[in-house]
Amino acid sequence: MPTALDFRTRPGAPPANFGTNGGTRPPAPAENGFRLLAHLPPGGGWTSLAEHRTRYPAPPAATSRPLTALIDEIERAGLRGRGGAGFPTATKMRSVASGRARPIVVANATEGEPASYKDKLLATVQPHLIIDGALYAAAAVGADQVLIGVDRTAPAAVAALRRALDERARVERSGVTVQVVETPPGYVSGEESALVHFLNGGAALPTASPPRPFERGVAKRPTLVNNVETLAHVAQIATRGATWFRSAGSPDEPGTMLVSVSGAVARAGVAEVALGTPLARIIEQACPTTPAAAALVGGFFGTWVPASGFSAPLSRAGLTPLGAAPGAGVLIVLPEGACGLAETAAVLRWYAAEGAGQCGPCAFGLPALAAEAAALAHGPVPAQGLGRLQRWGGEIEGRGACKHPDGAVRLLRSALRIFAADADAHLHRRPCRGSLGGRVIPVPGPRR
Amino acid sequence: MACESEVLTVDSIACTGHGICAQLLPEWVRLDDWGYPIIRPGAVPATLLPQAKWAITNCPALALHLRKSG
Ligand code: SF4
Ligand code: SF4
Repeated sequence: MPTALDFRTRPGAPPANFGTNGGTRPPAPAENGFRLLAHLPPGGGWTSLAEHRTRYPAPPAATSRPLTALIDEIERAGLRGRGGAGFPTATKMRSVASGRARPIVVANATEGEPASYKDKLLATVQPHLIIDGALYAAAAVGADQVLIGVDRTAPAAVAALRRALDERARVERSGVTVQVVETPPGYVSGEESALVHFLNGGAALPTASPPRPFERGVAKRPTLVNNVETLAHVAQIATRGATWFRSAGSPDEPGTMLVSVSGAVARAGVAEVALGTPLARIIEQACPTTPAAAALVGGFFGTWVPASGFSAPLSRAGLTPLGAAPGAGVLIVLPEGACGLAETAAVLRWYAAEGAGQCGPCAFGLPALAAEAAALAHGPVPAQGLGRLQRWGGEIEGRGACKHPDGAVRLLRSALRIFAADADAHLHRRPCRGSLGGRVIPVPGPRR
Repeated sequence: MACESEVLTVDSIACTGHGICAQLLPEWVRLDDWGYPIIRPGAVPATLLPQAKWAITNCPALALHLRKSG
């Protein structure tokens, strides 16, 4: 199980409170500056509901009427989804709340991004905070049902969520049914439409849009799909208010974010950082084992950033000039001497294997792209040089029913840009020594 | 009405890659190296619309669609 690193955020003061204790001021966040990862039980022990309630009041009972004041507060907080796409949470809630049928809330802990551990960690150590967040979301949109989708290959997270629900069943009534649903592992099963399809009893495969889940999702009802970290932030905003939330991060990207740090670092794990924290600082605190050459920012669905770009802040605005984005908050550190092309080829092979095989450009294009990238990395180098890689990339992009192939193309493009000198050396001399050694990025094998 | 235009799209899950569309509408559709259609973005010119509709009717997977835009 990944560990939580010690990162600091600016503390703040609490006003707004949508919890059941009404005007009572909720306890201030932990002094060390953690928010979501505050009050972790020592050694990963259990936080009981009673203990959790000493810090967080119970969410209000949901009715069919949306709690629009809470949506407004979330909008003032400026919360964006922490699952990867970074969509404004309040906007999503408004469209769901305005649907004709009674909505459903889906808490997404499927975490298909292979280098991301933060949702599994959060579900394991703070299940009550996630469930509170889902109940606040249900109150906000007027839902009477919550489904928590969690990767069935993450037993600790599944057990913690189930235990937390059992505990509540005995003591708290919210008027909302909450259930845990175990989902198959892998990226496409976490894709929003794939998750909804699965919860409807189908296969965990993306569907051709529209209608999108917020219009017609689970049981044909408007469905609010939110990442579980997003929901944990919702619970904190509901009890401590937008102003408190904004006391960390930057004005346009407020709050903290959970970041999964891995690769060539001694302290791989999940860190909670204020948005806008420089990449260099996050990497430094995870103790790089050798000087870092580059990092895969945003994970498998992300972009390579060279060490010269590490002064950039972890935020959408800060990473845009580098062609990168925080995504679901993943940093994979590549040490000097490793071969970025070989790492990229390995990740592309994962992309090819992970595609759902429903769309031609994805089913045939990605294996071809992966094979060509492997040839560039390990030889014999392609006779056409980079030409075919670049053409295929351009042709595959945007032609799947979901964004899976686009992620592969974006990764490849950034590799050819950041490791251009290496690609040139591979083409004109021979693969570098780094390509011979073991891989830094652990790529999961074929799915069970 | 005057500004309305139609874009040709393919349902990539339904498409079976037999390439009939590229044969019937080569001005607007070409095939990738694996036989799947690459469609030009943007509005289908009015002069090509009858031919586009012909391709839509003849797609064995019924995967082609004209979508209104603008
Ligand atoms: S693009 Fe790939 S992963 Fe997405 S639906 Fe099509 S085949 Fe599946
Ligand atoms: S004719 Fe239809 S099924 Fe065949 S390639 Fe074109 S769109 Fe796909």
